[in-house]
Amino acid sequence: MSMSSKKLSFLFLALTLASVGCTQKQAADAPAASDVIKVGEVGSMTGTEGTFGVSTHNGIELAIKQINAKGGVKGKKLELISMDDQGKPEEAATAVTKLITQNKVAAILGEVASSRSMAMAPIAQQYQIPMISPSSTNPKVTELGDYIFRVCFIDPFQGTVMAKFAAENLKLKKVAILRDVKNDYSVGLADYFAKKFKEMGGTIVADQAYSSGDTDFKTQLTNIKGKGPEALMVPGYYTEVGLIARQAREAGITVPLLGGDGWDSPKLAEIGGKSVEGSYFSNHYSQEDQSAVVQTFVTEYKKAYNAVPDGLAAMGYDAALVLADAMNRAPDLNSASVRTAIAQTVNFPGVTGTITINSERNAVKPAVVLVVENGQYKYRTTITP
Amino acid sequence: MIEFLQHTVNGISVGSTYALIALGYTMVFGILQLINFAHGEVFMLGAFIGMYSAKHFGFGDQPSIGALLLTLLIAMVGCAIMGFLIERLAYRPLRKSPRINVLITAVGVSLFLQFAGQLGFGSDPKFFPQVFQPAGDWSIGELRFNPLQVIVFAISLVLMLVLQTIIFKTRLGRAMRAVSFNHDLASLMGIPTNSIISSTFMLGSSLAGAAGVLVGLIYPKIEPLMGTMPGLKAFVAAVLGGIGNVTGAVVGAITLGLAESYVVAYYAPTFRDALAFVILILILLFKPTGLFGIRRSEKV
Repeated sequence: MSMSSKKLSFLFLALTLASVGCTQKQAADAPAASDVIKVGEVGSMTGTEGTFGVSTHNGIELAIKQINAKGGVKGKKLELISMDDQGKPEEAATAVTKLITQNKVAAILGEVASSRSMAMAPIAQQYQIPMISPSSTNPKVTELGDYIFRVCFIDPFQGTVMAKFAAENLKLKKVAILRDVKNDYSVGLADYFAKKFKEMGGTIVADQAYSSGDTDFKTQLTNIKGKGPEALMVPGYYTEVGLIARQAREAGITVPLLGGDGWDSPKLAEIGGKSVEGSYFSNHYSQEDQSAVVQTFVTEYKKAYNAVPDGLAAMGYDAALVLADAMNRAPDLNSASVRTAIAQTVNFPGVTGTITINSERNAVKPAVVLVVENGQYKYRTTITP
Repeated sequence: MIEFLQHTVNGISVGSTYALIALGYTMVFGILQLINFAHGEVFMLGAFIGMYSAKHFGFGDQPSIGALLLTLLIAMVGCAIMGFLIERLAYRPLRKSPRINVLITAVGVSLFLQFAGQLGFGSDPKFFPQVFQPAGDWSIGELRFNPLQVIVFAISLVLMLVLQTIIFKTRLGRAMRAVSFNHDLASLMGIPTNSIISSTFMLGSSLAGAAGVLVGLIYPKIEPLMGTMPGLKAFVAAVLGGIGNVTGAVVGAITLGLAESYVVAYYAPTFRDALAFVILILILLFKPTGLFGIRRSEKV
């Protein structure tokens, strides 16, 4: 009896302490909230696409540090709250809900992958919090609501760019496609590539599919080899493309591979080795671009993270800058005013090109085509919309 | 026709990687009647141990058969130690509990290793150093073989024979079969049950370690979650061949590999993973003992 009453009083004490703890924390937060603007970020910091999230996060973090060093936005510092979604759409949805309802962020930056951005967008729209995706290129992402923006081009454009490049620069007539059917991004790119390439007089000799996570692609590649293509379009993520390239060479396919910005990771050249040499992919920017904006960014990024920024880092950086720029131009920091200001972004000088947000809330800007040479991604050409 | 033959070759080569994993699975089940769901994760650990040791010794720069054998040995020993620890810490305390408790623990160990792997190794894919590179391509006419996969196929057959010999021709094997028949009775006959069970686990885990290195060599992208799907596939292969039967595991694995290859080639690539489970359900419905299984009478 005395034992259980002791336990009860302990429990009561603990509860009291906990609630006191909570009220104190809230009291401490309240004054702080007025001189910072909270910005939420959702990314795949872990999971098989971990490098996507980490690069983007570094870009965003660098931008926010620079903005704060210059005095912040409207005299307030930006505070970045990052959440990891482990590369899972359901985790991304949970993270964005938590950021909006518990952390009370003013805006959301993220995600890289279209499938995860599409899980987040309806939630941001429901709470009317502006969301800027740095690099989700599937057209459906911004169609989900008028609070959803992106600072990158979309799949039709990226697919079109590679089709134009294949037909005009490489003068190809027959291309095979190997698409990841589990990935909205890959399917979108493949569809628009096929459409444009046929318009330009080429033929798609084979259209095979795989699912992300597969490790063996020999069966599909055997089918493709029989059709004798002049290039193989593989608009997947670097996680599979490296293995696909290896197995294509083993199966006796020697033609170059084509792809999109999902290839953009040093791991591609590491896993693919010699097999990816001479292959081309479209991207948002090239670190070899000699313009001052790009070179300053590359230097600053190298100083902060001791690594060369990839395209995703540059996109993250631009997304944060576009947001800060809009917040500065907005008359106040209401989410509706910020939304309108983002929609009015015109000719913003970003690292990934001059960004104008169009009426579909997508960025209009050119794409670059890179080629893999000695394990490095070299600038080949720029293709404008 | 040539494409069909190539699909067949591809199917056998995928099947032989499943066979390597299925061997350890089926052996542990055969002796202990425990489905060790953590087997796929031991396979993953084998790949990582292989990668780190190959990097440490710089085998990737000087590929040779010796480097391959040494990497295999290190991974097998490492995994045997892991298998010993898993059995000692997770399964042995539950020796007297109902079987379902052990099964749930096995799933727990599997998840634990997956996420500990993500913490320890990082979750992004890693490149497996090419410790052995046979020269050139092998081909018969239009038909192409990956020399590594021919080697893996041969190794899985050799390991199958080695296991058969250990189980049926040695003292250790006889003790294993005795423990499998009846734990308590075996210990009454003076068989050290605990150490026999430990050795069974160590043997099974070292096979998984070898599989990790060989699969890493063929598909040089390794990550902490790589064991899940091959683990499940190997389980299906083992059930298909008759779980507990060593020859059955290899035949089941090759059958599964061929079936997957044909489905991808002539039907739909998205059915690759579904197929394994369709086979599992059909086998359980119509021939629960598998192709080579012998009906065991359940002791009451």
